[in-house]
Amino acid sequence: MSAPPVPTPTPTRERGARASARSPRRRAEISRYVQYAVLALAALAVGLTADWATLREQFFNGEILPELFPRIFTTALRNTVTYTACAFLFGLALGLVLALMRLSSVGPYRWIATTFIEFFRGVPALIVFIGFYYGLPIAFPGRVLPGGTLGVVTVALGLVGAAYMAETIRAGIQAVPKGQTEAARSLGMSHTRAMVSIVIPQAFRIILPPLTNELILLTKDSSLVYVIGLSLADSELTDFGRRNLSQYVNLTPLFAVALSYLIITVPLSVVVRRMEARADRAR
Amino acid sequence: MSEIHVDTDAPAIEVRDLHKSFGRNEVLEGVDVQVESGQVVCVIGPSGSGKSTLLRCVNRLEEPTSGRIFVEGVEVTDPDVDLDELRSRIGMVFQQFNLFPHLTVLDNLCIAQTKVRKRSKDEAAEVARANLERVGLADREGAYPAHLSGGQQQRIAIARALSMTPDLMLFDEPTSALDPELVGDVLDVMRDLAAEGMTMMVVTHEMGFAREVGDSLVFMDGGVIVEQGDPAEVLGNPQEERTQAFLSKVL
Repeated sequence: MSAPPVPTPTPTRERGARASARSPRRRAEISRYVQYAVLALAALAVGLTADWATLREQFFNGEILPELFPRIFTTALRNTVTYTACAFLFGLALGLVLALMRLSSVGPYRWIATTFIEFFRGVPALIVFIGFYYGLPIAFPGRVLPGGTLGVVTVALGLVGAAYMAETIRAGIQAVPKGQTEAARSLGMSHTRAMVSIVIPQAFRIILPPLTNELILLTKDSSLVYVIGLSLADSELTDFGRRNLSQYVNLTPLFAVALSYLIITVPLSVVVRRMEARADRAR
Repeated sequence: MSEIHVDTDAPAIEVRDLHKSFGRNEVLEGVDVQVESGQVVCVIGPSGSGKSTLLRCVNRLEEPTSGRIFVEGVEVTDPDVDLDELRSRIGMVFQQFNLFPHLTVLDNLCIAQTKVRKRSKDEAAEVARANLERVGLADREGAYPAHLSGGQQQRIAIARALSMTPDLMLFDEPTSALDPELVGDVLDVMRDLAAEGMTMMVVTHEMGFAREVGDSLVFMDGGVIVEQGDPAEVLGNPQEERTQAFLSKVL
């Protein structure tokens, strides 16, 4: 420890003696005990005040739970995964195009990309969904997006994801050292070839963790599709949870749905943490 | 590719009245250099003298502000020149190696051969392996750059440039980023290359190399060439005050 910048008044003998009795290590120990004690008290308070029987009845009802299977996996979880995957792939492709537009030397490309990104990052995804479902038929009478619900989710959620991913990809491309482009160009590669073979592959290695985080966010945002009204076959986790919530007048379906989301998102965050740890080691 | 007419009688590199400014900062204030085919020209000078900028203008990694540059009779500074084709014939080695970290050593050497030179994969690998042999790293073709020492990386970078079968080579302080004990291996490779008759323009701080291998030495300071001539002559008996001052500090 370095000397304090401001001279402190010499402590009285009594205080000085007490301070030396409590070494920093001892103080840290006491602080830890206090923290455990607070935790234990809180747990005790919850345990004593909660009505466990009702909670169990409402959240983990043994009669309702089996009713949810297998549809919660075969329909709801599957649809959530499908919607998310399609939206992510569409968003990734569009995001790459937008990132390259942002970096373009052609002014209008930069302006269009910036406007797009600012719009879809600034507007709630829910509004985008509603806009697509109700607005599109008005804007383009007689035309519908191919693919039904999947088409709407892919495009609406994909547009929102693309706006976020474009900024991530642009940052990744800019994080690739300039010397890489120079080496590629000095070997006779065109600008495009250098981008495709040298810069973009390295950029994606850099941004793999944030892109996976984006996938987690999209997984949760796919729940917003419920606003367009889904058929039973198109029902995804949140819609499935809401339907069964009103059918059974019980929170168990919602609880099961929440856990189902974790089946997707927890492994993904573990993957992100591993990738970040590996990147740290490589540095 | 056939549009460029190479004049083999012309000097390998000819720089005429080259000026280069970064904003208001004039880095090159009228430079004339000529490198004959098969010659090794070393460029020395204090940092900020413009020597690296001069080298980077030759393949137009830096855009000259004014002046003309010719490589084998083809004008590099012509706005309509096929720059990619031209650059593929000019090997360049960087201070920071700039190997492609996401590719193996062999792929580093092959990628421009197949994508730019349009060689087949087999042919490219054959050329690459011959050049790895040449720099003494034939056993490292499967390694990634991060697993190699700086000296090895720079030798791979030289092999990568050579794999394009260039007509001439530019070296931008190739040993400046290396630990002292690794400099020798890289200089050995460059010495061999010079002995084989490769045309080379080398920006360097290695006075020993310049004296021993160079056919000509250029001393730059403040964006101009102060003195040039036979390396032993310039290093041993510098005529200009600025050359004397610089050499007294580095020798």
